[in-house]
Amino acid sequence: MEAVHTLDGVPIARIPLDGRGHRATGWWGMMFFIITEGTLFAYLLFSYFYVGAQSPTWPPGGPPELTLAIVNTVILVVSSIPMRLGTLAIRRASRGALVAWAIVAALLGVAFLIIEATEWSRKPFRMSTGSYGSLYFTVTGFHFAHVVVGLLLILEIVWRALADRVSAARPLAVETVGAYWHLVGLVWLFVFFTIYVSPYLW
Amino acid sequence: MATTVAAPRAAGPKHKYESGIWSWLATTDHKRIGQLYLYTALAWFLVGGIEAFIIRLQLYGPNGRIVSAETYNQLFTMHGTTMIFMAIMPLSAAFFNFLVPLQIGARDVAFPRLNAFSYWVFLAGSIFMNVSWLFHAAPDGGWFAYAPLNTRVYSPGLNMDFWVIGLQILGLSSLAAGFNFITTIINMRAPGMHFMRMPVFTWATFVTQFLIVLSFPFITVAVTFLLFDRFFGTNFYEIAAGADPLLWQHLFWLFGHPEVYILILPAFGLVSEVLPTFSRKPLFGYPVMVYSLILIAFLGFGVWAHHMFAVGMGPIADSIFGITTMLIAIPTGVKIFNWLGTMWGGSLRFTTPMLFAIGLVSLFTIGGISGVMHSSPPSDLQQTDSYFVVAHFHYVLFGGSMMGLFAGIYYYFPKITGRLMSETLGKWHFWLTFIGMNLTFFPMHFAGLDGMPRRIWQYDANQGWDVDNHISTIGAAILVVATLIFVINLVRSRRSGARAGNDPWGAPTIEWSIPSPPPAYNYATIPTVRSRYPMWDMKAPELTASVPHSPAGEKEVTVKVGGATAGHIETPADTQLNAENAHPSAHELGIVMPTPTIKPLLATLGLCVSFFGLIWHRHVPIIILGGVIFVAALYAWLLTPLEPEH
Repeated sequence: MEAVHTLDGVPIARIPLDGRGHRATGWWGMMFFIITEGTLFAYLLFSYFYVGAQSPTWPPGGPPELTLAIVNTVILVVSSIPMRLGTLAIRRASRGALVAWAIVAALLGVAFLIIEATEWSRKPFRMSTGSYGSLYFTVTGFHFAHVVVGLLLILEIVWRALADRVSAARPLAVETVGAYWHLVGLVWLFVFFTIYVSPYLW
Repeated sequence: MATTVAAPRAAGPKHKYESGIWSWLATTDHKRIGQLYLYTALAWFLVGGIEAFIIRLQLYGPNGRIVSAETYNQLFTMHGTTMIFMAIMPLSAAFFNFLVPLQIGARDVAFPRLNAFSYWVFLAGSIFMNVSWLFHAAPDGGWFAYAPLNTRVYSPGLNMDFWVIGLQILGLSSLAAGFNFITTIINMRAPGMHFMRMPVFTWATFVTQFLIVLSFPFITVAVTFLLFDRFFGTNFYEIAAGADPLLWQHLFWLFGHPEVYILILPAFGLVSEVLPTFSRKPLFGYPVMVYSLILIAFLGFGVWAHHMFAVGMGPIADSIFGITTMLIAIPTGVKIFNWLGTMWGGSLRFTTPMLFAIGLVSLFTIGGISGVMHSSPPSDLQQTDSYFVVAHFHYVLFGGSMMGLFAGIYYYFPKITGRLMSETLGKWHFWLTFIGMNLTFFPMHFAGLDGMPRRIWQYDANQGWDVDNHISTIGAAILVVATLIFVINLVRSRRSGARAGNDPWGAPTIEWSIPSPPPAYNYATIPTVRSRYPMWDMKAPELTASVPHSPAGEKEVTVKVGGATAGHIETPADTQLNAENAHPSAHELGIVMPTPTIKPLLATLGLCVSFFGLIWHRHVPIIILGGVIFVAALYAWLLTPLEPEH
């Protein structure tokens, strides 16, 4: 009875739990979670266009004000850069840089949330005003919730980095959270186009 | 075998989660979760069946007086909702859980704790929906709950609140399971288990999970809008505020039609396992069976508006959806003929699972043909909302899905429990089900064509419906007896059925190579797969001569850890078989299994607290408390490693 190990000392008997493909199991899981969430937003935006196409005037109060939304778009898209730098840092085994970059990304995310809340408070309509108000607040609210989840995940990454639970050999947690954060930015681009840009092209 | 197994390590002290009630509450073992799904779903199947039987008693004769109109509405709504979301889907999930890791040669699913979470969320959602009976406020808007009838204005009570929240919870469960199983099948297959060697049930699971991942977001969006309308005063479906009533119908059927395939494809998969075994022939046209599964799933997204021919979408939309609906009959017909081709010339053994499988092939064909009749809009206009439609979808869902699932239960019961079910009682069950099912649903075709609308509470005498309804109710009574026989068979066989051994049926796939019930780790050594039918390669090679094989087995397997190549191991050329009745523990074999944990259950409890806060006068502190419990449980879960540290 001789134990068989892989080159980095993992007993062969435990390998199947981690999957046998080229990519880690967690990576695939996050990809399909992202597909699910992306699909959810696609269907929300489908509803927006469907209701818009059935309405005589859309949006009812004219196209929305763009300034804050453009600022917010820039902030969220830019926040993907520190997230990516954090991923590259952990691949170089630089745990301190990961923590720093993750915090920068999280702060940009918080700024996005504050500006979004400010914009909500300035709207002349509310969730209950009409179909447009319902759609506007539901779509942006769903996205808001996804940013909040992203921030909670980044916090978890920081905790793991400080607790020595990620490393150059085990970067998976950072990579999957990074992928989620990029999704949140990408989805916002679609939301931005649908709600802020498309009324000008209508 | 010894060369690939690590030296035995000292067995650690027994964890409290390894026995008794805790071993079920904290389990992360896909086989235990599969059994939890199985027995929970069967319990809901009985509840849904009782609801159906009360409906049939009410309709036995003209002007029935068994239940009030309000109760009747609740009964047919909950019958549909229960059978679809709490019986057939979770019965399929029981097989996804129990079988997929066994069929692909894996130790567990990709995310064992998420899998436990899916089950607990399903259990919570199904109990939540049924608690409504205690408040005399069961959902009453029909299983597709059309807007604006489902809004606060027209359904002011708690009834639709329970429905909308319950459905949201159940959807969460299916979505989480969806990407879990896709990942499992993509990433956890044993060496040599190429996609085109996977058992057809695993293929059906794979395709079904894609349907779930792509179609459940539709119902999530539809139900979220309704939830917001009912609780937060939004205007998605309020016609007075300028909403469009068809938004709900489009969103619902964009989910609802793929859902039909979510209900039937797993049953198709099970039957594709049963028929080759009892015909002693490889499945006829395996690649075409796989392609037709994919094609059905793909076309399933393009036919939703055939549920809406009666709303007046215009001739262009009607024509397009009529044609796509006719198209989808082609891959479905291909499957029927391939099953016939599998049986043709085989040495047939008419065991109970085989009888149920043949039941699916014949009865689903009837339901499929009446489905094609609906694809023509003028014809559909005559049939829609009549008992003809009720007959159609019961042939598809009872004659199709349930027959397939019963076939699966009889076929896999020995693998699940180690004991065979009684063949005598099984055959009584089959014949009474077959006769009762046809007596119940076949006359509904005529009642429908004679103009009987679905969902009516009472009808007047002498409209030509009396005899049809008499026969239907007698058929339903036979189904009640059949189901009782099934329950007795299940309980008795579980306790004292004949011992099954590893492979009671002479089956071709690798799950039959290990002991019944399988040990926690499934395979002591992960098998290397050389063809679609490894067991027949060993036991009856003459049966698999026509099936493609690897030339000499795969001698060397590249081992990857974290995406990087970590080394090579030698594996024996032949499939490793575990000795009968050898049950070394995972400890003794040095196999590291996921730690049992209660955290997925805690997270589910947090969700329950939130949803009860929502339905109980929108009590904000309780909603927030539930949210905090949920997030705290998730953090505790995320920050604990899946396996013991080593």
